[in-house]
Amino acid sequence: MLKINNLHASVEDKDILKGINLQVNAGEVHAIMGPNGSGKSTLASVIAGKEEFEVTQGSVELDGEDLEDSAPEERAHKGIFMSFQYPVEIPGVSVTNFMKTAINESRKARGLEDMPANEMLKLIREKSEMLEIDRKFLSRSLNEGFSGGEKKRNEIFQMAMLEPKLAILDETDSGLDIDALRIVANGVNKLKSKDNAVIVITHYQRLLEYIVPDFVHVLHDGKIVKSGGKELAFQLEEKGYDWIKNEAVV
Amino acid sequence: MDLKDKLIASFMAFENNVDIDHPVHDVRTEAIKNFETKGFPSKKEEAWKYTSLNSLQKIDFSIFPKEVNALEYRDVKKYFLHEIDTYKIVFIDGIYSSYLSETTHDGVDICLMSSALTKPMYKQVIDVYFNKVASKDESLTTLNTAFSREGAYIYIPKSKMPKKPVEILHFATGNEASLLLQPRNLIIAEENAELQIIERHQSLTSNEVLTNSVTEIFAGKNAIVDYYKVQNDASTASLIDNTYISQKDTSVVKVHTFSFGGKLTRNNLNFYQNGEHIDSTMKGVTILGEKQHVDHYTLVHHQQPNCESHQDYKGIYGDSSTGVFNGKIYVDKIAQKTDAFQQNNNILISDKATINTKPQLEIFADDVKCSHGCTIGQLDEDALFYLQTRGIPKKEARALLMYAFANNVLESVRIPELKTRINKLIANKLGVRLGFDL
Repeated sequence: MLKINNLHASVEDKDILKGINLQVNAGEVHAIMGPNGSGKSTLASVIAGKEEFEVTQGSVELDGEDLEDSAPEERAHKGIFMSFQYPVEIPGVSVTNFMKTAINESRKARGLEDMPANEMLKLIREKSEMLEIDRKFLSRSLNEGFSGGEKKRNEIFQMAMLEPKLAILDETDSGLDIDALRIVANGVNKLKSKDNAVIVITHYQRLLEYIVPDFVHVLHDGKIVKSGGKELAFQLEEKGYDWIKNEAVV
Repeated sequence: MDLKDKLIASFMAFENNVDIDHPVHDVRTEAIKNFETKGFPSKKEEAWKYTSLNSLQKIDFSIFPKEVNALEYRDVKKYFLHEIDTYKIVFIDGIYSSYLSETTHDGVDICLMSSALTKPMYKQVIDVYFNKVASKDESLTTLNTAFSREGAYIYIPKSKMPKKPVEILHFATGNEASLLLQPRNLIIAEENAELQIIERHQSLTSNEVLTNSVTEIFAGKNAIVDYYKVQNDASTASLIDNTYISQKDTSVVKVHTFSFGGKLTRNNLNFYQNGEHIDSTMKGVTILGEKQHVDHYTLVHHQQPNCESHQDYKGIYGDSSTGVFNGKIYVDKIAQKTDAFQQNNNILISDKATINTKPQLEIFADDVKCSHGCTIGQLDEDALFYLQTRGIPKKEARALLMYAFANNVLESVRIPELKTRINKLIANKLGVRLGFDL
């Protein structure tokens, strides 16, 4: 599904990604771990198409199609979703209205009419129940005054509504207490299928107890320095990142 | 003849049509003398540094419309808040239209300034309030005072509240090639009274219109007044709005100014706090394009202790539009425990657009809380990216962000139908397909 070949990216002439290779197939869950500043969030943003980052070498392909010339919204229309570490607050636009806008823009891009109102309401009800989201929450302004947990849960709600092929969760666990973490992880697990894939980006192994990865990759200084199964995450938790850093130098 | 000379010459003609023996005429005579001395303000004056009236003074404005024009309600319905029932005081080319209006004397007076200034039954109120808070030396105010004859007169006695909001509408029909209008409003909410007003000036053709309006508002003890100014006029219509507000103890007055159009708009908004525990609130949303110009010039004079003032003005400027925000806050020595807040945030969406923003605080008390802030910026790139990753194209994402930026000023609008109207106007001005109903 997703194929990243020798990806180099920089921001303001500073190289951040220095040759990433990664293949993600449908039905898989990949975890990308690494110390702060290793390039994890940059990788997520580059896949989602953030213009601030310049791809200097290599490519990102989705289903065999090079995404180089695709704007972030076009990538979204093709099925890429990114959950943000710091979701943006939009006063005056309710969660419901925001989702209506997002879904109908995606439909428009695919040449479809707006989703009928009753269908939209049904979808919203179904997904909010799945994520244990209170109906009152949906009429609040998007992310405005939301707690950290509410913001993250709202990100997963948007993911559920948009049903992406590839979901990238950028530090979704940061700032979550254990109950919120469980609800968020549950939601992701319910959305998982053999047709979609998830990339979980995290600093800690904690979230991976709930969203169990098929593969774990360790990012250091803009490169994947080690890949393995889920046991790699436990090793990292025990030994810390210095272990990998030292190994990388050797 | 330039406009000033023409106005002074016209004053004699004006005197033929008003009762010169009425005490109000002494006020007018004083006022025209002041205007004759001062003339129109120029850019040399600090208060008019960014707004020039030069080109307007070159236009040969008609000062008295020659004939009465009529309008059909269906043709102008859209300018009314027709979704709800309201009292209406409507003027066509400066002349009262009884056909389009709905006034009342049922427990409250919602009627005409021309009646109040001539009929004996109003004399006592006029003596107490007329021209008592309006400036006696600001030249445009005195110009209006000199020609004061018509406008809205609203008197709400103690503990009364009109059954519905009041709309004050001024239409210019283009009957004259260019028309000068000088409405004069007097609004009094006595102790514990409550009142909501919506004011709009609307030119219906591309002929030039200049409106120099003065509104005096008196809020008695514990009174609540909400005043909404909707400024979305034609590109040949200019407005100088001079609003003076006097507040007594624990009164709450909120003025919302929505500036979405017009050639030149100057809002002189002056609050005087004559009591304690007063709340004075000014909110503004400005969205301009083309060569439009809006100048918000606010003043809050904290003259007593324990009062608050809040100012929140948001502006979005496109094309070659220009905006000004000048917020003066005076805190007298006696006005301890004053809490004054002022915020002005702007987004420039064109390289040619300009905003000048200036807080001006003069504080003579030592135990006060005064905060002010202004920002001028572009849209947040991270926020744009966030919306794009949800499938919203960049153009729509920009519009949605601007909508959100402007929209949060509307929280304090207490007439839901008006709020929806303004929401739609904002969306419309920003060319945003919101993809949902408001």
